[in-house]
Amino acid sequence: MRKTMTSMLAGIGLVLACGTSVYAQDKELTIFWAEWDPANYLQELVNLYEAESGVKVTVETTPWSDFQTKAFTEFNAKGSAYDMVVGDSQWIGAASEAGHYVDLTDFFNKHNLKEVMAPATVKYYAEYPSNSGKYWSIPAEGDAVGWSYRKDWFEDPKEMEAFKAKYGYDLGVPKDWKQLRDIAEFFHRPDEKRYGVAIYTDNSYDALVMGVENAIFSFGGELGDYATYKVDGIINSEQNVKALEAYKELYSFTPPGWAKAFFIEDNQAITENLAAMSMNYFAFFPALINEASNPNAKVTGFFANPPGPNGDQFAALGGQGISVISYSQNQEEAMKFLEWFIKDETQKKWAELGGYTASAKVLESPEFQNATPYNKAFYETMFKVKDFWATPEYAELLIQMNQRVYPYITGNQGTAKEVLDALAADWNATFKKYGRGKS
Amino acid sequence: MATTMITTLDRSSRSAARGMSDLTIRNLFIIPTIVFLIVFNIFPLLYSLGYSFTDFRASSPAAANFVGLQNYRELLNDPFIWSNFAITAKYVIVSVVGQVVVGFGVALLLNRDIPLKGLLTTLLLLPMMLSMAVVGLFWKLLYDPSFGIINYTLGLGSFEWLSNPDMALYAVAITDIWMWSPFVMLLSLAGLSAVPKHLYEAAAIDRAGSFYTFFRITLPLVAPILMIAIIFRTMEAFKTFDLAYILTSQPTTEVISIRLYKMAFQEWQTGRSCALAYIVLIMILAITNIYVKYLNKVKER
Repeated sequence: MRKTMTSMLAGIGLVLACGTSVYAQDKELTIFWAEWDPANYLQELVNLYEAESGVKVTVETTPWSDFQTKAFTEFNAKGSAYDMVVGDSQWIGAASEAGHYVDLTDFFNKHNLKEVMAPATVKYYAEYPSNSGKYWSIPAEGDAVGWSYRKDWFEDPKEMEAFKAKYGYDLGVPKDWKQLRDIAEFFHRPDEKRYGVAIYTDNSYDALVMGVENAIFSFGGELGDYATYKVDGIINSEQNVKALEAYKELYSFTPPGWAKAFFIEDNQAITENLAAMSMNYFAFFPALINEASNPNAKVTGFFANPPGPNGDQFAALGGQGISVISYSQNQEEAMKFLEWFIKDETQKKWAELGGYTASAKVLESPEFQNATPYNKAFYETMFKVKDFWATPEYAELLIQMNQRVYPYITGNQGTAKEVLDALAADWNATFKKYGRGKS
Repeated sequence: MATTMITTLDRSSRSAARGMSDLTIRNLFIIPTIVFLIVFNIFPLLYSLGYSFTDFRASSPAAANFVGLQNYRELLNDPFIWSNFAITAKYVIVSVVGQVVVGFGVALLLNRDIPLKGLLTTLLLLPMMLSMAVVGLFWKLLYDPSFGIINYTLGLGSFEWLSNPDMALYAVAITDIWMWSPFVMLLSLAGLSAVPKHLYEAAAIDRAGSFYTFFRITLPLVAPILMIAIIFRTMEAFKTFDLAYILTSQPTTEVISIRLYKMAFQEWQTGRSCALAYIVLIMILAITNIYVKYLNKVKER
């Protein structure tokens, strides 16, 4: 009798437990993203959705260095832990070809998102293959690389005088990469524990490559022809050699121990009085105008990536689109969330919270452009961005670029020409292996 | 008598009360372990061997194609892979030699009657009880060129331990030596305390010098247990990942496990990474075999 009672109670408990979890699953969504400020802003935004719809949305995060590995491990295992992912722009080829992302083309066309969102974000975050009219993500967090600088150092009359005497022109926001280099050299004073510039050097994911891209694109170079997979004469072009040399020279003006620097270190360079200028994604600039996180907030200025020697001006694209994962049990609920997410008022709120909306209407509004000292630079930059390869084998291309470029920049090994020629050979071999570029 | 004890059960035991035979009890203990080994070790091992001859990618829905020895051939012809192996070998040598010297040295110091010996030994064991990730993170702070305590204490100014490509591997090895010397110390201490005292007394009567005593008595008698410590540490150092991954991202510290990780979980070249894992496995087996042979030789002496 006692045994029967126990079994019955256990059975009832099990049924209740299962019932509760099924009910909870219907009303819960999980969005996976990297661990950074915009993810916190997104959590604040989705709390509003919960208040409106009763559906609890959780933004789950992981450090940037593990983001790709963790996301793809889950995708490859066809796991349903996440319903949506705010995935990197270069993942789109790998994730769409492998069937990890739900095709959002109909959703995209129904809501005319090609017009609603800024063109660069549609091109790089949503569409794959290029110009195919197939869409896999909703542009969520627009981002690009920009620069912050110490206005107080730049505006110090003594510094201005000394600078003019040395370089023959006025010290100010650099108008091109040559001036960027001069200013970095001018402020590089290791004896005073002051350094010229903070740049990206971390080679564990895409930081270093993004940094180098800023130089390459502004020097008028390209990584390759994304339509034909041709890289010879493009990645190892004259412009790219010069750009790589320029980036290496900037490395010599960085603070000590700057061989694994990414967004945290680059912001610290400004907050800790280490460097005169610092490269970083716009997404990290909110922390620099906040006096709680930056004691130099009042004297921190911002500028867009300057043009190269021929006047070309581009920046490396960051940012991500939000995609629905094919293995999610809550796809219908996720689509409802996206309907809410793309509304004008949601996008406006998203921008107010600190997120970088990709909505063209919000971006163009004077309200947005005047909201912070860097929003206007961001708006302008978003029309001059270029990105890395988005082919399914992008991770191999990225590692090969890190392997070739990192020892040259930080370890003084080889010449820029040798490095880029070797990289062209690596990329050609990779494309050959996957049968790319054969028509 | 002994046979009777093995084949029959004590009539009053619980197993006997439940009517279990010796065979059942043996199976009860052994079968789960064997099943576990087959499911989690042997099956994946064989399965990945199969994958190593294909172009399988876990990230792609495309079917795997048999490519024969192509993965092995390409890996063994890849200069980057050889550079990873060279880095690993250098790391293993520096790290294991350092651990043996420090660990054995500390064991010699502790192998005498000193006050608070037990407490001292326990405190010295603390580093190896910590998590690798934690050790990596706080040594990163210790090495920091701007505010790290190592440069401050040694008066090295802003010396770049981890950013300097020539120094980074040694910095990782120093951390590993700090963490794992206690392990060598512990085993050496066990070996040292087992050396019969009368041998030292006899040596003292013969007026043998301390140098002679060490090389003729202490070292030969501790050698077998020291060899076991070296085998363990070599195997561990060969497959090291955490410390090197956390401390620095220099190409000069990209040991073979890090390359393997990137190949398997960032590039998703599953077939090729299986082949690389097999190459690493064969190398570890070969090195361990040499050690074991040497260990047997030492024991015979």
